[in-house]
Amino acid sequence: MARPRRKAAKSPPAALTVVVMRLYIAAGSTNSVKAVANLDAICREYLKEGYELEIVDVIKYPLRALTDGVLVTPSLAKLSPAPTARVAGNLSDKSSLLLALGIKAPVK
Amino acid sequence: MSRAGKTAPRIPSKIPTGISGFDELSGGGLPRSRTSLLMGGPGSGKTVFALQSLANGVRQRREAGMFVAFEERPGQIIANASSFGWGLPALARHKLFFLDAHLSPATVQSGEFDLGGMLAILKRKKEEIGARWIVFDGIDVLLTLLGNPVAERREIYRVRDWLADNDMTGILTAKIDGGTSGAVQYGFVQFMVDCVIRLDRRLEEGVSVHRIEITKYRGSEFSTGEFPVSFGRRGLEVAAADSLELSHAASSERLTAGFERLDEMLGGGLYRGSSTLVTGAPGTSKTTLAGKFAEAACRRGERTLFISFDEAPEPIARNLSSVGIRLKPHIRSGLLRMYSARTEATGAEEHLQKLRSLIDEQQPRCLVIDPLSAVAKIGKLSTSRGVANRLVNMAKDKGLTTIITALVKGDDPQTEATELQISTIADTWIHLSYLVRSGERNRALSIIKSRGTWHSNQVREIVLGESGPTLTDVYAEEGEVLMGTLRWQKEAEEQARTLLRRTEFDHKQRELEFAEAETRARIVVLERDLQRQRDELALNSSGHEARNLSSSERESTLRRMRNARPAAPTVAAAARTKRPPTPGAPGKTGDGAA
Repeated sequence: MARPRRKAAKSPPAALTVVVMRLYIAAGSTNSVKAVANLDAICREYLKEGYELEIVDVIKYPLRALTDGVLVTPSLAKLSPAPTARVAGNLSDKSSLLLALGIKAPVK
Repeated sequence: MSRAGKTAPRIPSKIPTGISGFDELSGGGLPRSRTSLLMGGPGSGKTVFALQSLANGVRQRREAGMFVAFEERPGQIIANASSFGWGLPALARHKLFFLDAHLSPATVQSGEFDLGGMLAILKRKKEEIGARWIVFDGIDVLLTLLGNPVAERREIYRVRDWLADNDMTGILTAKIDGGTSGAVQYGFVQFMVDCVIRLDRRLEEGVSVHRIEITKYRGSEFSTGEFPVSFGRRGLEVAAADSLELSHAASSERLTAGFERLDEMLGGGLYRGSSTLVTGAPGTSKTTLAGKFAEAACRRGERTLFISFDEAPEPIARNLSSVGIRLKPHIRSGLLRMYSARTEATGAEEHLQKLRSLIDEQQPRCLVIDPLSAVAKIGKLSTSRGVANRLVNMAKDKGLTTIITALVKGDDPQTEATELQISTIADTWIHLSYLVRSGERNRALSIIKSRGTWHSNQVREIVLGESGPTLTDVYAEEGEVLMGTLRWQKEAEEQARTLLRRTEFDHKQRELEFAEAETRARIVVLERDLQRQRDELALNSSGHEARNLSSSERESTLRRMRNARPAAPTVAAAARTKRPPTPGAPGKTGDGAA
């Protein structure tokens, strides 16, 4: 089974929606470890309102990745809200990741 | 057990690709459980090569395979390959697994990634279908996405090690050329793999020419240099068929060339499995000769293939029927297959491949190619020459009795030698020419060479009639061959001259007989004269002798009286003494004489 992780805020305001994501990793590989850490940091900083994240280990569940059309690891899929998005890589490029997730960088 | 045993270099075993020609070049195929790289520019046939190897593995050895497509969608790849008749859609259901590794353009890249996940998927699939082969098609696309040299190297190593660990034979294809274009080069890949094959497509005199070259093969020998590649119905084919050793079975069976007289000239006909070259200027009835041969073959009940360049079968059959050669019944019965190729339509290599598949279909025992010189018009001459050579050798390998015609410029048969150079490999070379004299154009046939047979050195005339072409004797006059009307005239003249000579002879005979009789009569008269003269002479000389004797007696009496030496012994004295006078004893002479 995949490891569903749910980190939702206690009571999200009605105007805000929960971001649903799935991260495909190859457990133990450097890039995958980095990706998990990078995503965790982003979520903490920008998705305080709430998000849903499932992490799928492709080594364990290769057919699931195949069905989902995921080939390179790590890969992140943003499932909702629309538009959906795919991000490949260890998520070290923050700006492109935020853009893909539809998060506006906070104006300083 | 021992470390040495594990690390000792072992010669890699090979896995055949089933690609005609390539397995011969590489000495057995690609290295088993190793990585091979196919590199080349766009449209050079990399994907076809890889896919064909996979399909052959399934079809010939029931070995399953996987195909990872980085560039094109698998659906497109299968559709593109449908023209090759490998039955890919059926194979894809059970024995071939296609992975669409085409990265959607919508995918955002953020940082580095690797192939760990993909290899996990492939390992799972490999176990499921029992795959032995894997193709990573368009690995350059992946490398470009990785975008940094360290990651590029790392991922190639990852793939290579994964193949070795999983006992898989891998083919990577990459759009890498020899470094002539400004494209990003991934030269390092060549160092990391065990076998490198370069495919090349270039234009030579307006014709697209494909080549293949093995540039590296660890632990194995291979044929170096570039080899021509062609694409046909069965896929890609490497023209490595020029095996170093020629081993054609030699038959002593003789076949008719279609003309009794020609068979005579050849000392009994053409050898089964031999190749005959017929050269000649346009209109010297090369096709007629070839057609007659084909007709004779069909009459023997032998399957025959008639290939013509730039002329459709219908007009050929019609034109030949005007000189009594009937091919249509044999076409209808399927014994004869006529095929017309358009010279400019494809490259020379493609023509060769087409011929090969036609031969496979028709399974002929006799083959006609009319005219093969058309191939020389395609692209580079050296290429056409190679194709023509391989074609003749192929026909010989298959034991086909072949007639090839070639157009030559002018009347000199030697011009063929500078063009396709078939004459050197053909067993028999017949040359047809025109002789123009007295406003007539007549066709002459001569045999320039015929291996292993006695053959006539004489020239014959080909006479085309409604009942069929025939060969007739020709006349030579002052070193010139006479034909057509001139030959007729010559024949009539010859007859008249014979008659005249006969008359002259009789006349002369009589004349001589008369002269002889006359001489004999004269001899009788003369002999009578002679006898009379002899009698007279005898009478005369007897009187004279008597006078002579008395005078000599008087002389010797005088000499004795003067005791003188005789002046000289006379004939009469010598005859009487019977002893020559000795100068040392003059006295005795006198005594003897007394």
